[in-house]
Amino acid sequence: MASRTSFSVAGTLRYAAIILYVLFALFPIYWLVKIAITPDRLIYTEGTHIWPSTFTLDNFTSVLFLTDFLVYFKNSMIVSLGTAFFTTLVATAAGYAFSRFHFRGKAIIIALMLITQMFPLLMIIAPIYKIMAGLRLLDSLTGLIIVYTAFNVPFATFLMQGFFDGIPKDLEEAAMIDGCTRFEALRKVIFPLTLPGLAATLGFIFTAAWSELLFALMLINSDDKMTFPVGLKTFVSKFAVDWGQMMAAGTLALIPSCIFFILIQRFLVQGLTAGAVKG
Amino acid sequence: MTMALPTSPGKGRGRPLKKLHWLVEPYLYLSPAIILIALVMLVPLVVGISYAFQSISLLNPFETGWVGFANFEKLWADRLFWKALTNTFWWTLGSLFFQFFLGLGLALLLNRPFAGRGLVQALVFLPWAVPAFLSGLNWAWLFNPIIGPIPHWLAAIGIMDEPQNILANPKMALWGPIVANIWFGIPFFAITLLAALQSIPRDLYEAASIDGASVWQSFTKITVPFLAPTIAITVMLRTIWIANFADLIYIMTGGGPANSTHIISSYIFTTAFRRLDFAYASTLAIALLVLLLAYAMLILQMRKHLVKGI
Repeated sequence: MASRTSFSVAGTLRYAAIILYVLFALFPIYWLVKIAITPDRLIYTEGTHIWPSTFTLDNFTSVLFLTDFLVYFKNSMIVSLGTAFFTTLVATAAGYAFSRFHFRGKAIIIALMLITQMFPLLMIIAPIYKIMAGLRLLDSLTGLIIVYTAFNVPFATFLMQGFFDGIPKDLEEAAMIDGCTRFEALRKVIFPLTLPGLAATLGFIFTAAWSELLFALMLINSDDKMTFPVGLKTFVSKFAVDWGQMMAAGTLALIPSCIFFILIQRFLVQGLTAGAVKG
Repeated sequence: MTMALPTSPGKGRGRPLKKLHWLVEPYLYLSPAIILIALVMLVPLVVGISYAFQSISLLNPFETGWVGFANFEKLWADRLFWKALTNTFWWTLGSLFFQFFLGLGLALLLNRPFAGRGLVQALVFLPWAVPAFLSGLNWAWLFNPIIGPIPHWLAAIGIMDEPQNILANPKMALWGPIVANIWFGIPFFAITLLAALQSIPRDLYEAASIDGASVWQSFTKITVPFLAPTIAITVMLRTIWIANFADLIYIMTGGGPANSTHIISSYIFTTAFRRLDFAYASTLAIALLVLLLAYAMLILQMRKHLVKGI
């Protein structure tokens, strides 16, 4: 056993390392909020101070009421919620099929889904643009929802399959012996049990759609259809010196992701550990 | 991957209609996913590959048609492509190296209980929740000498003569997005490796400690061999993902100054989005795909040896 002194030295080092990690993780976020609440007139004099001498919420009110922020926010909400909903719906059905059935072509379909996860998505940005132009779905939130849903279905399917694999199949067999059709058994017995899994999938897809930038830049061009990343990017290139407002907009954009993250982060490691044991 | 065993439909119940239903049913559940993936991903993928052998630029609509390997000859002679290739290498290696080792360190720290671990874990994983575009903007601001502290720190410790924006310096600009990517990616490795660490049976360490093994010996003889397969797969997937990850570079430098920070994927995006040269964008994409496939096969071969070695 280590002696008491070396134990406490090691312990101090461990705590020092942990504090460094926490500072590194939080500092950029702190800085974002700090500039956002620094009054404009002080930015050039105290922009680089660690702590502002006074603070203001003016930047937040001007972002909310004088810019298109709320439009971008609304568009991103529509696209992310739509994508999360449709992806989860499609992926639940597919994940259920993978989990409960053995059928011809299963291996091929799984392989095709894996391929979609391997190639650079940017590879299809040009064809998607042309196809969307042909379907008149350019510059439309519907088009964006369709594209994002397809991008996210393979991953969400594997996720949902994992959740279904964790539910004993005797449960729906018992229900089917009691006279339910498979779909009824799925709806009444299995569905309530997968609610946590569904929530996790919805959350993951929501954040993925909320963060997507490049396809949105390519497919959307009018101001009133821009999603948050595109809007913020445009905002930054247009008003490149209005630091306070940009950072206030950034801070506001962070809120939905952070809320979601705080809700799920406890389950992340647990879920992955379970997966590692199984695999 | 675990596969579920088939749920047999009650043997001997084989009425024809039921049997047909049984055969068709999985496809009913799968068809929306298949149709969507085929139409939005697989068809465009094939179309995209065909673009590389054509001339398709929305800015020159009259010069379209099949051109054979002309785009690939152009690629070979394109100095920016070779520059972007070198940058892709440094971008991926630099980001991956620090993400991995800092992530491993964090996972090892979090694997042992201490007061406040739950809170610390939530805080250090937070960067992962920040959307990539926002991480990029945030770090671009931190590197800006007017509102960001980093240039002043660099000047204070003597790395810079005076506070400058490294993103405006062609020699150093790539480090800006790399630092942002490290910040953004440490939690991913920490989460995956922490999960792998927690699945190592505790009794192994106890047995080793009873047998008089030092902490370092348990680490190299138990932890590392157990983590190795996870590490190989995670590093492979991460490499591919980082090489394809153009958002941070596009947001922070736009490939500039003077095209010094383009990696292949940001070059693909600029070619498609700014120049609307779809043919050349697809050619670049194929080059990247071939490189990544070669890399993935190399790693999978190495993993086979690793797993055999245990």
